[in-house]
Formats: sequence, C-alpha cells, structure tokens
Amino acid sequence: MFKKILRILWKDIVTEFRTRELFSAMFVFALLVVVVFNFAFESAPRESILQAAPGLLWVAFTFSGVLGLNRSIAIERENMSIQALMLAPVDRGGIYLGKMLGNFVFMMVSELLIVPLFAVLYNFSFSARFGQFLLILVLGTLGFSAVGTIFSAIAVNTKMRDVLLPILFLPVVVPVLIGAVETSVRTLAGEPLRGMMDWVKILIVFDVIFITTSFLVFEFVLEE
Amino acid sequence: MPESAPHVGLTDIHKSFGHFTALDRVACSVASGEVVALFGRNGAGKTTLLKILALLMRPTSGDYQLQGESARRRPDRTRAQIGFISHSTYLYADLTAFENLNFFGTLYDLSDREDRIQRALNDVKLWDRRNERVRGFSRGMQQRLSLARTFLHNPSLLLLDEPYTGLDPIATDMLDRLIERCQGEGRTVILTTHNLDLRLRVVSHVLVLEKGNVVFDERGTGFSPKQFTEIFRAHVDEADE
Amino acid sequence: MDQAILQVPNPMLIKITRNFFYPLVILFPVSLYMVFVYAPEEETMGIVQKIFYYHVSAGWVFLLAFGLVFLGSVAFLITQRQVWDTFAASSAELGVVFCSISLTTGPIWAKPVWGIWWTWDARLTSTLVEWLIYVAYLMLRANVPEPTKRANLSAVFGILGALDVPIVYFSIRWWRTQHPQPVMGGGGYLDPQMRLAFYVCLLTFTLLYFFMLGRRIELAQAQETLTSLKRRWARK
Repeated sequence: MFKKILRILWKDIVTEFRTRELFSAMFVFALLVVVVFNFAFESAPRESILQAAPGLLWVAFTFSGVLGLNRSIAIERENMSIQALMLAPVDRGGIYLGKMLGNFVFMMVSELLIVPLFAVLYNFSFSARFGQFLLILVLGTLGFSAVGTIFSAIAVNTKMRDVLLPILFLPVVVPVLIGAVETSVRTLAGEPLRGMMDWVKILIVFDVIFITTSFLVFEFVLEE
Repeated sequence: MPESAPHVGLTDIHKSFGHFTALDRVACSVASGEVVALFGRNGAGKTTLLKILALLMRPTSGDYQLQGESARRRPDRTRAQIGFISHSTYLYADLTAFENLNFFGTLYDLSDREDRIQRALNDVKLWDRRNERVRGFSRGMQQRLSLARTFLHNPSLLLLDEPYTGLDPIATDMLDRLIERCQGEGRTVILTTHNLDLRLRVVSHVLVLEKGNVVFDERGTGFSPKQFTEIFRAHVDEADE
Repeated sequence: MDQAILQVPNPMLIKITRNFFYPLVILFPVSLYMVFVYAPEEETMGIVQKIFYYHVSAGWVFLLAFGLVFLGSVAFLITQRQVWDTFAASSAELGVVFCSISLTTGPIWAKPVWGIWWTWDARLTSTLVEWLIYVAYLMLRANVPEPTKRANLSAVFGILGALDVPIVYFSIRWWRTQHPQPVMGGGGYLDPQMRLAFYVCLLTFTLLYFFMLGRRIELAQAQETLTSLKRRWARK
C-alpha cells in the first residue's frame, strides 16, 4: 500500500511540475497577504510588527493553503479521475494519505519560498534557530493538510463547492494556528524548544488525531 | 472459479436516495462469459446498478456475490477483477498517455506493466503518441485511451455505462471489437444503454430495468436491434400505463 | 418499504422525552424562584450575577449537545441508519441555540462586571470557536441536497469537529494563561443556596434540551413522512 500512496503523491507532483497551477496560485496569494498587511501595519511601531509577524505569516499560509486545497481536489474532478482511484484496488485511506502528502508538499514549498521573501520585506531574521522554526512549520503544515484534504473532499460535494471549504476548515484548525503562532513567536525571540514542549505536543496530538481519523473515515466521503 | 456459482449474483439489492427509490429489490444473476445488455430509460437505475457492482456505491440493503463470494467483504479483490467505463474518461489531463496507464498499472499491482501498456496502447492505436500529454488529445483519442485503461488489468468483469454515448465511429468500432474479443475470451460484460440501435451481435442476455425493477430478464443468442426494440416496447411502455 | 418510512425508528427517546413536558412546566417557575428569590444576591456583582445560573447551564447543555452529535455521527457511520443522522442534526441545531444563549449572556454579564462586552478570555473564545464549528456543520448540511450523501459527509465532519472541541479548549486555555486577562469574579466558592439554585437550573436546562431534541426528531420524521406521502400521491 505504501508504494501506491507514493504513486498518488508522485502523480500529483508530476502534474504540478507541468502546470504550476497550484503552486503559483498559493505563492502569489501568500505574497499578496504579506504585502497587503504592510498597509494595515503602517502606523504601528516596529516592535509590534515584529511581534505580529509570525501570526501574519501563518494567516498567509492558512489562506493560501485553502486555495491550494481547492485546486488539488479540482484536478481529481476534471475527468472524474477520483472515481478511477476508487475503482482501483487501493484502500480509501491510502487515497487520503496520497492526496494529503501532496497537499503537504505543495504547502511546504510555497511556505519555504515566502519565508525568505518575508524576511527581506520586513527586515526580519529567521536564521536564529532555523531548524526549530522548520520543525514548527512541518508540524503546522501537516495539521493543515490533514484537515484540509478531507474537508476539501467534503466541500466539493456540496452546492457551494470551494466557497464552503474555508468555513469548514478555519474553525477546526484554530488549535494549529494558535500553537504554530505561539511557538513561532517564541522561537524567533530565541527561546529553545524545551520551553515550549506543551505546544509542540499539542501540534503533534492534533496531527496524529486528524490523520488517523481521516484515514479511517475517508471512505464515507468518497463512496456514494 | 466454481462452475456452480454465477459470476455475478444479486439478491434483493435496494438503493434509495432519501425518498427516491433507485433500485427496488433487484435480483438477477449473470453467468461467466455472458454479454449482458441492460436497457432502460434515463433514471431507471442502470447507472446506480453498475456503480453498486463496481463498489463505487454501497447499496442500502441486499447481497452482492461475485464468483460465489461476498463482493464487499474483500473489496480489493473485487476491484482488481472489474473494469469500468463511464462517460468520463478518468484520465489525468497533464500526464502523458503512457504515464496515465503506468499510474493505474501500479495501483492494480501489475507486474509486467511495460508489456501490458505497450499492448494496450497498440490495441487502441496510440502507441506512437504515448509520450504526449492527454490534454492535447482529441475527444476520440481520450476515449480510446480510456478503453486502454479499462482493459489494462485484464478484468474478468467489464461494466460499461453507456459506452457508446459520444464515441466517434472509430472508437465505436474498436469498442465493438473489444467486447467481441472479451466474449471470445470468456469474460463477462455488462453494458447499459438507452440506445436500442445496438449493433453488437454477441449479446447473450437482455435485462430491462424500469423504475428500479427488473421487468425483463432473458437469455438468448443473436439478438438484433429489431428484437431490442420489441422487447423494450413490450416491457417499458406497458409498465408506464 | 413505505412501512420503513412511516415507522418511528427511535420511539424510546421520543416517548420518554415527551413526558418531560410536565416536570418542565413545574421546574421553570421553580428555577426562576430559586434564582431570584431563594438564592442570595452576590456581594460584589449584585443582581447581574443572577445571569450566571442560565449562562453556565446553557454552557453545559451545548457541550452535552455537541457530545451527542459525535455519538450520533459515529452511530450513523456504523449502522448507516437515517435515524442517527436525524439525531445528530437535531442535537447540533439545539447545541447551536444553547451555545448562542451562552455567547449572548456572557457579554451581558461581562459588561457591568469587567466594563467591556467582550474579552478574548479562554472560555469565551473557545465557546465562540466551537459555535463556529457547529454553524459550519449546519451550513454543510444545508448545502448537500441528497440525504444519504448529506448524512455521510456531515457524520464525518461531526466526528472531526467533536474531536477538535477538547483540543480547541486546551489550546485556547494555555494560550490565554500566557496573556493578561481580567479575573473572573465569583468563580471558586459558591454559597450552598446558590449552589442548589444552580443545580435546579442545570436540571431544568438539561430536561429542556432532551425534551426539545425529542420534538425536533419527531418533527424531522413527520417531514419525511409528509414528503414520502406527497411523492406517492404525485405518482398516482
């Protein structure tokens, strides 16, 4: 089954390499959020901008993530190829994991490109404890893609389609958002990981709970 | 395969969508190697029945046996035996023809993938264009590739949902020949159509669905389009009045 | 198959809760008496504190309601029986109603005590997020016309949403304890008379919830029966 999951992931990556649809939409949108926020912050003192910066980054990641998730499920609907996946002898949970990993990879890539741009635009440094920041980025993004993949598959079945996804997605990922922002702020202030293990644990718990549950119930989303 | 058990056996298959009953206690059996034509008007439940057979849909109640075993108990084994065609092509537009088949080949655990893909692409005359993206293909070519995808894993049960709708003459010929070949190889084919002008000479079993009920179920040989029309008139219009 | 539609699949709950009507007729005036006459007035906050009895009772009921959405959702996925979907949906609707009561009584209490309508305090914030999750659940239901599909999708969302509730609660609590916030008044100790009044209120609200849940399920089933009768009539 592992091979098949990777094959679904590979298929999404090849498609993305050729079209760059998903990635370009996510990247440009996240960049726009970062730029537009600058106007909102204009009169704020620099210290408060630095305080709010990680929060702003995560907001940009969240909203651009929603765009990417919608696009990723739309690809499967273009020729109804999602049904071909369902016809094949692959566990439904495997289909979920394959799509989830794809979403994770695309979100990570666009985030990793936004971070240095953000550093330049806001004259901000991520170099201190970058490894720690990366770990938080991975845990947070995993949570986003765990919830986002199954919710995008739910939303695509509704009358409102992609409009419904943020409504379902945002309240549920609140713990990820809080955890990621808290740990990011403290990491960038130079605090070591030891002091924030509670938050790291909550992120891990969230990821584990949502990946396993979605894995188990994905068949009910797919089958009619 | 035990000779006694039919290839497909349905008992009391019931499917409702809220208040709409799509299938009302459908029971029928299909023997190995039969070519079944499933007639019925739009909304009679043909597609629903095929989706249940392909495990794309779960019935509200009822039992579905495949080669004498419960089809839903070991879903992966059931799926590996089934080929399904619908009006959607089920292809990834930004992968090449070869990549599409190779992808599905992996999902079906095919060991001699390369050979099979070459044969399948030759059958539908697309081998020369194997490295082109599907997005650039004409509708007809996409349908031919879709046929190749369906036959790639040598399914013993073929489910074809309105396979002739929108096919160009070349693909129609190809499909006719593929179905005849399947019959020659002893595979089972179930196809739905509302088109009574079915030219297929190998149909050996005719089923007519009307409002979720099987109203006609007979075996025979050499059904002609004229006979189809007669059967249809006799059973569908009668039920309507 | 018509009988399958017409029969009431969960008669126990409906029958038992129907009988809650009579105790409720008595309990409501009793609880009002307990709150406003029997229980003493709180020293620092005064009359405003009376809202506490209803605020907290509503808070308990919405948590109970959301818990039962989870239960109904799991039961639906396992049994695929329509009645569990109706159960979960009814409980979610009531949960949102009680959650809204909690969210509006909170600020009414906060304004005279803290001087502000709203504060991003742990309880208020997590209640608001939970309210949003279940509003999303109801919006999802409203947007899937096909009943079986609707039941499956909303059961999946109901399960994931419910699993999120404790995580939301704890993450927000930890988040808030690291930030300054107004101190919640009258928290720890409750006068015995106040406590008794509170328990009566709690019982009243809980019974009210179950009574309404039973009626809501009954209503949904009556609607279904009506639709099926209409369909049958139209066919003839």
